[in-house]
Amino acid sequence: MRTESIQPPPEAKNSETVTLHINGEARTLSVKPWVTLLDALRENLDLTGTKKGCDHGQCGACTVICDGKRILSCLSLAVMKDGAEITTIEGVAPTGDLHPLQKAFIEHDAFQCGYCTPGQICSAIGMFKEGKAHTEAEVKELMSGNLCRCGANTNIINAIMEVKNGGNYE
Amino acid sequence: MNDFNFYKSQGISDAVEKIADQPDAKFIAGGTNLIDLLKYNLMTVSTLVDVNSIKEDTLSETDGAVLLNAFATNANTAYHPIIEERYPLLSKAILAGASAQIRNMASNGGNLLQKTRCYYYYDANTPCNKREPGSGCSAINGYNRNLAILGTSDHCIAVFPSDMCVALAALNATVCVTGPDGDRKIPFSEFHRLPGNTPHIDNNLLTAELITGIELPSKGFEKNYSYLKLRDRNSYAFALISVATAMELENNQITEIRIALGGVAAKPWRVQKAEDFLVGKTPTKENFALAAELIVEGAKGFEFNAFKIELAKRAIIRNCLMALNPASQLPGAQPSA
Repeated sequence: MRTESIQPPPEAKNSETVTLHINGEARTLSVKPWVTLLDALRENLDLTGTKKGCDHGQCGACTVICDGKRILSCLSLAVMKDGAEITTIEGVAPTGDLHPLQKAFIEHDAFQCGYCTPGQICSAIGMFKEGKAHTEAEVKELMSGNLCRCGANTNIINAIMEVKNGGNYE
Repeated sequence: MNDFNFYKSQGISDAVEKIADQPDAKFIAGGTNLIDLLKYNLMTVSTLVDVNSIKEDTLSETDGAVLLNAFATNANTAYHPIIEERYPLLSKAILAGASAQIRNMASNGGNLLQKTRCYYYYDANTPCNKREPGSGCSAINGYNRNLAILGTSDHCIAVFPSDMCVALAALNATVCVTGPDGDRKIPFSEFHRLPGNTPHIDNNLLTAELITGIELPSKGFEKNYSYLKLRDRNSYAFALISVATAMELENNQITEIRIALGGVAAKPWRVQKAEDFLVGKTPTKENFALAAELIVEGAKGFEFNAFKIELAKRAIIRNCLMALNPASQLPGAQPSA
């Protein structure tokens, strides 16, 4: 391991104040520069629907929608998202209702442990918005950033295809 | 991750000045590789200088040439109508890399600067000359399935993992950079470095220099092109071998061809004499096979990756044939039927 020590810069390492517009609500918080968006959501804002899987951008469990695009919250710093509009799994449907993808995931038994599900659903919503997936092969390719270790992938793709073909995902 | 400061830059010169003042500071755009490296403590940083305030269009067109904004995302670049129409090879290569989420975050400039994914570079408990110069290379006699077969040295056999850059190499792109001493342009073939005795230096960017754009010459090879990526799973994996082919045909004769390989070396790999050999020839399997021999000339396999020499040759032939009919290509840069 590289052991050279970095001298702290003269300025103090202050926390930064950021405002995140999460699920339609402005949330202002004070975070250190190295806090990821994922940790800010889970630890500072108690929005634990977004999951920490690998924490290295390899599994997609932490996927959220930021300014209309699906991104990985584990590889985003909260300080870099000041002012951003963020949708997490808690905000994909109005309170008390389910998003069509959530219903389809239940109908298709598209999960076993459910840990990848919030990321799968946020990712699929982002994919629909991008409008680039037309065939099942394209859906599989464009959902490849979300891994399911339980082996529910076939059902996940079936659930997504049903919602896509139904056209009721806007 | 070590503790660091954060600075949101107000523009290019502001960002460069900030970095020039602090040798341990780094630019951050998408952060998809850098934040990961910080998490593994493979890099430490005093201040991250955010360059995302430098908001411009994804690209601009001048006299037929296209200038990609270095700060634009990979996804916005790949899906830009001008890239899809005039440079489909670049679009396909970008979309063969990473995942949709990462492409929505990663910047064009950052793509050029990503680190190798050599297992040993990431394992701080093992010697690695790229991570710690002089400590040795664990990969040469280790598990080296995904590592280089061309341009290696006794000090490093790491592979540069980008897909986008393989297409940029084939397109003869130019990297536009700015720094404390002003602007300069670096031809793509001179941007990345082979390991030699200094495997810790990945590219020829100088301290505090920032990539501001990538120029694409007007010729986009939109009629005959193909990007083929072979890997251990169908999607979201780094290449064992990838090939970008850009070709021009007239009366069933090759008038110009570019063939760049990914997954084989510390930089995208092109061999001029193979391309020269094909000019004036017919686009047949036999001719591509002869060119493939020239491209892998001097290749050296290691215990677990010697298969890549034969794989590279077959991938070159397959991809050049696929370039004759780009419509046959499948999503994800997979082999067509």
